[in-house]
Amino acid sequence: MSILVYTESEQGKFKKHALEAASYAYEVAHKLGTTVTAISFNNEENDVLGTYGVNKVLQVSDDKLKTFNAKAYAQAVSQAASKEDARVIVLSSSTDSKYMAGLLAGMLKASYAPNVVAAPESTSPLVVKRTAFSNKGFALTQMDADVSIIGVSNNAYGLKENAVDATVEAFSPELKDGAFNVKSVEVDKVVGKATIADAEIVVSAGRGMKGPENWGMIEELADVLGAATACSKPVSDLGWRPHSEHVGQTGKPVASNLYIAIGISGAIQHLAGVSASKTKVVINNDPEAPFFKAADYGIVGDAFEVVPKLIEKLKEFKAQNA
Amino acid sequence: MKILVCISNVPDTTSKINFTEGDTKFDTSGIQFVINPNDEFGLTRAMWFKEKQGATVHVATVGEASTEPTIRKALAIGADEAIRVDAAPADGFFVARQLAEVVKNGGYDLVIAGRESIDYNGGMVPGIMAALLDMNFVNTCISLEVDGNNATAVREIDGGKEKVSTTLPLIIGGQKGLVEESDLRIPNMRGIMMARQKKLNVVPPVDATPATKETRFEKPAPKGEVKLVDADNVGELVELLHNEAKVI
Ligand SMILES: Cc1cc2nc3c(=O)[nH]c(=O)nc-3n(C[C@H](O)[C@H](O)[C@H](O)COP(=O)(O)OP(=O)(O)OC[C@H]3O[C@@H](n4cnc5c(N)ncnc54)[C@H](O)[C@@H]3O)c2cc1C
Ligand SMILES: Nc1ncnc2c1ncn2[C@@H]1O[C@H](COP(=O)(O)O)[C@@H](O)[C@H]1O
Repeated sequence: MSILVYTESEQGKFKKHALEAASYAYEVAHKLGTTVTAISFNNEENDVLGTYGVNKVLQVSDDKLKTFNAKAYAQAVSQAASKEDARVIVLSSSTDSKYMAGLLAGMLKASYAPNVVAAPESTSPLVVKRTAFSNKGFALTQMDADVSIIGVSNNAYGLKENAVDATVEAFSPELKDGAFNVKSVEVDKVVGKATIADAEIVVSAGRGMKGPENWGMIEELADVLGAATACSKPVSDLGWRPHSEHVGQTGKPVASNLYIAIGISGAIQHLAGVSASKTKVVINNDPEAPFFKAADYGIVGDAFEVVPKLIEKLKEFKAQNA
Repeated sequence: MKILVCISNVPDTTSKINFTEGDTKFDTSGIQFVINPNDEFGLTRAMWFKEKQGATVHVATVGEASTEPTIRKALAIGADEAIRVDAAPADGFFVARQLAEVVKNGGYDLVIAGRESIDYNGGMVPGIMAALLDMNFVNTCISLEVDGNNATAVREIDGGKEKVSTTLPLIIGGQKGLVEESDLRIPNMRGIMMARQKKLNVVPPVDATPATKETRFEKPAPKGEVKLVDADNVGELVELLHNEAKVI
């Protein structure tokens, strides 16, 4: 028996959340007195996995699996789980991992808990703490099936080094009929820029910006901070910004280290999606805006004056700390 | 084309969340229940298929009798028939097993579920269903076109989107983007009257064991006071973020 972790990568590099999942798997393995096996696809950076406690790597090298395909990957992971007799499978909360997790839970008749924020409360029975009610609460979920899938919330558990020497084993899953019934036609993706899903810092703006023509300073602020840009729902409904930037309960969840909300009132549906961020800053000219109740730091002021000053101060700060 | 829209009955997005019975149950008192927003986008897309492509649209929910107002609302919006599996939705696995049975018996070509329910945030029902039924599956779906037996969908991915092609029978996990906000419909009087005549079939659950159990709930720790920085002293914010919060 070992703990299996699915380590997602892109263009031969592991995602940070994959290493976080590995760190989490190590803790579970430690508690259960066993070791961690990772399954990775077309990635040869195996030493990195060892750093985060992975004992053995099942390395899949298959051109058909160059890009993510939920069903084919789920088949591979489920076969790896059987081969390793894994009772616990750990994965991240990326969009792809969540897509695969449901399929995997169905294939293995497994228990699945998504958005897990802490190491298991107990291992027998296995109980994990996860967010529920769109971050308005936590649930302690008991996993009763023979196999359990733990989806670790991004940026909650953190990276923990536990260096071991990882042995590498080639693994060739047997892909079944229909594995590629859903075919990728075209991927349209920003490369080389932080995304809302994995950015450490997110700069988000709302209807207080008055119009799409005023986003220049939001983008500049994000650039200075190496942050991803995001927006409130009405901003995307109005077409000021793409839908993919909409965050909140019905949009993308944000779990960054720093979330800066500019001209966003702080409606309950918005806060639900961003409250998992560690430090929140609000800039709003209305001191009564509900966001001030949810934020750690705030500036009451006109965004059109405050944001340029903030950019200037950050540039000075960066110059001093370079 | 025969479409099934899976509807989860959830607390209105503005609800305050509380727990009772020693923090083991979600407190439903004073809570207004609605169609899960992700399912409302899916239902609205289904209405488009009905009006433009002559599809038949059924809706299904796994829930006790108290969920009927929500399912009636879906009928008032325009679904043709409803199915209620008469059981409390114990967990995602249990619900998926029930819905899989409905899909098998109803011979649906397209099953539209949501990316996740906004209450328990499982995000697993459509995926588990797809595995149990061995149907094609596209999650976080933000656009869907069907032409005969072929489907083209767009799914949201981290940092962008991916266009995929597949065939029916298909299950999607839908979300905002499937239709525009402005396409959402509020049921009118005529719709509400007509909904009363429509079939709402109550079926017993099949035997299924839940895979998980919520043993206890917790509320987030109360938030401390916000620290205000003067608008004329923005540099102080940079200081605080660096030295105190240690995030830059
Ligand atoms: C079912 C449902 C789901 C929803 N899901 C989401 C969701 O996922 N995400 C989401 O964001 N919303 C969601 N909403 C919408 C939500 O209720 C709010 O309407 C929305 O978040 C408000 O966006 P906003 O703060 O940008 O705009 P407003 O509420 O219009 O706020 C604008 C703010 O800007 C401030 N402002 C104006 N001028 C300036 C200035 N010059 N400088 C600084 N500040 C200024 C104002 O004081 C105000 O606080 C949902 C609503 C429903 C009903
Ligand atoms: N009790 C239920 N009855 C019908 N459909 C459901 C139910 N619970 C979940 N679903 C469907 O599955 C989707 C994902 O839900 P979940 O996995 O619970 O987050 C929802 O958007 C619904 O389409």
